[in-house]
Amino acid sequence: MPLLNTLPDYVLTTKTDELINWMRKSSLWYMLFGLACCAIELMHTGGPRSDIERFGATPRASARQSDLMIIAGTLTLKMALRTRLLYDQMPDPKYVISMGSCSNCGGLFQLAYSVCDGVDKVLPVDVYVPGCPPRPEALTEGLLKLQEKIMSERWLARAKAVEPIAQA
Amino acid sequence: MESLAILKRVGERFPGKVLELSERKPDPFAVVDSASIVEFGRFLRDDPEFAMDCLSNETGVDYKEHVEVVYHLFSYSHRHGCELKVKLPRANPEVASVEEIWRAANWMEREIFDLLGVNFIGHSDMRRILMPEDWLGYPLRKDFVEPLEYHGIATVRESPIIRLDQQKKK
Amino acid sequence: MYFDYGITLALAIIGVLFMAAMIGLQKLLAPYNPFARKLMPYECGEPPTGNAWINFNVRFYLIALVFVIFEVEVAFIYPVATVYLDWVRRGQRLFALSEMLVFLLILFVGLIYVWVKRDLEWIKKVPD
Repeated sequence: MPLLNTLPDYVLTTKTDELINWMRKSSLWYMLFGLACCAIELMHTGGPRSDIERFGATPRASARQSDLMIIAGTLTLKMALRTRLLYDQMPDPKYVISMGSCSNCGGLFQLAYSVCDGVDKVLPVDVYVPGCPPRPEALTEGLLKLQEKIMSERWLARAKAVEPIAQA
Repeated sequence: MESLAILKRVGERFPGKVLELSERKPDPFAVVDSASIVEFGRFLRDDPEFAMDCLSNETGVDYKEHVEVVYHLFSYSHRHGCELKVKLPRANPEVASVEEIWRAANWMEREIFDLLGVNFIGHSDMRRILMPEDWLGYPLRKDFVEPLEYHGIATVRESPIIRLDQQKKK
Repeated sequence: MYFDYGITLALAIIGVLFMAAMIGLQKLLAPYNPFARKLMPYECGEPPTGNAWINFNVRFYLIALVFVIFEVEVAFIYPVATVYLDWVRRGQRLFALSEMLVFLLILFVGLIYVWVKRDLEWIKKVPD
């Protein structure tokens, strides 16, 4: 029934893809996944001064109602399993922004025994936003980069398989 | 009452049970026989002269040869406090739990069990509090070796700084 | 004369077409990748434990019951303005108003009963 991946590669569906991608990038509802200090900057990015709600991104508390997951903060090994489950329970199409050094690579706490070094050990990440913590402007730039990435996707005529990285 | 005076009075009350009395400033402490810590705690809480109704902190320390559990007591009515220590052998550290005396010891002893492996006899809920339930090992021990992976997640990450250092050494 | 029903029919058709377009677009364009972990009941990241069906408080039922009764009463008051219009034109305005007030009074007695019996309180204090 879905039209995804059904058309052969030489069919040009640029305008349809552009329309679908524009609709998706203009309403990226992000899941509030603030784990540590980057969560404060995430809250401020959604706040009035540097507002990402003007890009259509509104915070949702539930994974079932969001299509973007902004991992803000240090990911511990104990939390990494739950993060993977939450990512699995998000409906497609879903995107991940890794915010801050701790979720990019473990950051300051890379050598600690309880820290998972980087969220890309459990999830596929689309955009990495460096910083400790990244300023709201930096996170907004990360969101705009993600929007550019979304605009370049082709939905109707290219096979796009979603493969899980680590099954915990 | 000053902390050193409290410890001396307690030492007189329980002769032979205070193994060591250190007079360092500003925090003097008394090392107590590990089998009688509950007796000490109950006496210090119930006696009206001391009235130590608050266990403000309980931690553990891992020295190379032994493990210590440190109790910081405080009295709200008299505004004085003291510090007691218990030395335990490293092989199988066990001490009686002071949870019935001060309820705050519930989580503090769970933390010491989780991170140092000290078993508290008589605790109502002895399980890990910070690390995941199926974690193996006690992380704050000096001989703790980090496992290489946990549920399929590798615990090391290749770092470009380490790679550069190795290139420089070559 | 039947023009008003024509408007209602147009509304119904447009509503059905709108919903069909929404759901149709979703069926055509949305990706669908279900697997076992995704379809698990959502419990904020933890594997779900316990029963999903729990007993709910009977107070909600009482409040809903009282609400429905008075909601229906309000729904009956609205058409009075149009239905009693020819009475008003004939000059029998006071009669129409008193008829409406009698209806409200009967239901007001019910409200007084519920109030006195303390069924409007969230926690009903029962005398020992």
